[in-house]
Amino acid sequence: MKRFALAGNPNCGKTTLFNSLTGSSAYVGNWPGVTVEKKEGKYKKLKEPISIVDLPGIYSLSPYTAEEVISRNFIIDGKPDCVINVVDSTNLERNLYLTTQLLEIDVPVVIALNMMDAVRKSGDTINPILLEKEIGVPVVCISASKEEGLDELMIRAYEESQKKRTSSSVLMSSELKHLINDVELSFRGLKVDNPLFHAIKLVENDEIEVKTHPQLLGVVDEFKKYFKDETFGSDLEAIIADSRYKYITSKYTAAKTKKINEITKSFSTSDKIDRVLTNKWLGVPLFLLILFFIFHMTFSENLFFLGGLFANIPPSFEGTFFEGLFWTSSGINSPGVIFANLLGSTTTWLTEVVSGWLSSSPQWVAGLITNGMLGGIFAVLSFLPQILLLFLFFSILEDSGYMARVAFILDRLFRRFGLTGRSLMPMIMGFGCSIPAMINTRTLSNDNEKIATIRVIPFFSCGAKLPILTAVAGGIILQFGIGNADVITFSMYLLGMIVAIVSIILMRATIMRGPVAPFIMELPAYHLPQFKALMLHLWDKMKHFIKKAFTVILAFTIIIWVFSHFSFSWQYLDDVDIDKSILAGLGQLITPLFTPLGFGSQLTAFSWVFVVAAFSGLIAKENVISTFGVLGACVAGAIIDIGGDGGVGAVATMIQGTGITIPGLIAFIAFNLLTIPCFAAVATAKAELPKKKFGGTLAFWLVTSYAVSSMIYLIGSWWWTSFIFAGAIGVGISVIFIINKHRDKKERMAS
Amino acid sequence: MQKKLNQFAVGEYGVVVNVLGEGKIRRRLFDMGITPGAEVLLRKKAPFGDPLEIHVRGYELTLRKSEAEFIVCELGAK
Repeated sequence: MKRFALAGNPNCGKTTLFNSLTGSSAYVGNWPGVTVEKKEGKYKKLKEPISIVDLPGIYSLSPYTAEEVISRNFIIDGKPDCVINVVDSTNLERNLYLTTQLLEIDVPVVIALNMMDAVRKSGDTINPILLEKEIGVPVVCISASKEEGLDELMIRAYEESQKKRTSSSVLMSSELKHLINDVELSFRGLKVDNPLFHAIKLVENDEIEVKTHPQLLGVVDEFKKYFKDETFGSDLEAIIADSRYKYITSKYTAAKTKKINEITKSFSTSDKIDRVLTNKWLGVPLFLLILFFIFHMTFSENLFFLGGLFANIPPSFEGTFFEGLFWTSSGINSPGVIFANLLGSTTTWLTEVVSGWLSSSPQWVAGLITNGMLGGIFAVLSFLPQILLLFLFFSILEDSGYMARVAFILDRLFRRFGLTGRSLMPMIMGFGCSIPAMINTRTLSNDNEKIATIRVIPFFSCGAKLPILTAVAGGIILQFGIGNADVITFSMYLLGMIVAIVSIILMRATIMRGPVAPFIMELPAYHLPQFKALMLHLWDKMKHFIKKAFTVILAFTIIIWVFSHFSFSWQYLDDVDIDKSILAGLGQLITPLFTPLGFGSQLTAFSWVFVVAAFSGLIAKENVISTFGVLGACVAGAIIDIGGDGGVGAVATMIQGTGITIPGLIAFIAFNLLTIPCFAAVATAKAELPKKKFGGTLAFWLVTSYAVSSMIYLIGSWWWTSFIFAGAIGVGISVIFIINKHRDKKERMAS
Repeated sequence: MQKKLNQFAVGEYGVVVNVLGEGKIRRRLFDMGITPGAEVLLRKKAPFGDPLEIHVRGYELTLRKSEAEFIVCELGAK
């Protein structure tokens, strides 16, 4: 099957084109770098089906970030049958810069002039026939969003894919012509594919090229010795970039962008929006407000703080399916909570129906199916509505172009911690789910920044960790009668962020010293997100989540249930005999390790339930509370309803059964929040981290969670231990400070 | 008059004369269209005074003052 690759600048409409061509569920974003890996789909309107590959947006074939390397490698080594170069017609000048480089590869190229409708609207014209003549490859006008010109584009691309195309370069009219020809000949001698491309990259002093073909550098160095350009001297890199832009602006009057004097007079809609959103005084407060609004709409049970305004107004739906769905006496539910309640009621009803069917079957079969399987899956699915809603809001922010502005606004703050404003996006996404957040770090150009960001992403408490926070907080209030659930939950979110900042500063001061990564980023024009693309994105997320629930999590809940209901001699155990189970035996082995954290050996016989719950979180964080659900009922020796109140009852039982203290419980939340994230996130981290950084990352998570939790427990239980910790931290900081000073001195001496 | 981009006042514009520095940052600046001859306009500064938003080759680009320091411009008439 033939393969066509879509290449172009970020925000040129590539992914929209991909969606229109393939009808697939790839996702369109307005944040530079939303296509974080190459996506493939099928186009079926030609004689034979064509595989379409959507590549991450690139400005140039000199890669700068990890995702740009993906694009470059695919275009050069992936041998696509045709490259469709998507060009944003409203910004021909910069977009054609990439085109000039694509033409240097021995591959058929077709140019898709996208967004021509916007050009016509603004009164400009671009002549595709003239452009085609000049560039020497087919040029087709399309509108990806209105699906215009797509058939013609694909027909032309198909024609081209059946021909061979030899590379050409706009640099052949520059002073470097002879040098490039010489180097190209050497590459031909080495039988390297795409000799012209490699020759030009080598002359440009491209990092990857210099590393792979150092033996050819001699020719270039020799040339530099006697070559002097008027403006650039022997700076070949500058000459090449300059020649490309000069060629573009001189050849195409259409490519010429408006003179700057004209721009200052007219303000586009984007500028007007930006005047408010990136305003000196309003920018930051507006960002915080938007963030608050998103979380409020997703998680609040007291929408807009209106309180129980509707509590006594009919219809109250009392006793019906709708009771407490839209509002309770404490307030109106947010859309997120309404969806969650709706799903919750449905799953509870389903469980009842199923247990009705199973009433005559053996006890262990009924238990396995209702508690083990359904209980586990439904516990996980119950978070789906809120996670999806959170995703929807973040997708809207991304697609509209606002996220790039957030990076712009907050870069200054992030630089203090040794990061760029770009790392904010993955961190905030971490509040929803660590997995897309970690994948998003591919947009970061600097390895250190990337590693540091991936390591702290789990500290931004994800949707699956929220139930741990609320259930334990609720349990504390129920059992000890003190505190406030909102305050405890919020403080734990805050704790996660503080630990993230402190660990980034620590990493930058010890193992990741060095200058802060540069921050050079396009601010795309604002536009309204496309409804279709948003829905496709949500659908994708939902599929992924449900798949996870029915595979890994289902398997795990079954294992937990079996291990907690069978003894070492494979004897079925009733719920009340759980302390004789395999799970209890294994848990007891490692329980002493958690004594400094407040949920170890100091507790009564059931101490292992906390340890087992924490371990079950490694598979999926949702398991922590569902494990409580399975085990809590058994510990109490009575069946407790844990459905409606997010496991609060189960935690309360656990507190009673084990005698754990408040500091111990807080330490338990902190441990779950900061330790190794779920299995799926760990796998993502392994894939995204540079080689040899994975083991260190796992150790980092373990050490951080253990240290912070034991600190919380010890200080919470014996306040005077705070002096010991303060002393230890003081010594630590001083040691780092002294070592760094010493190193700085050495470096200065060396240079 | 020549001026580095980081010293521009908001609303000032000029033509790039030279791009200093080396390595990846310089390469990136070239790729993003900041080459000698390009017109740049300082649109605004971020709320905390840094980074900067500039208009170059028909689009908006943000970069830090520390990177703008590499960009030497000939100031255009107001």
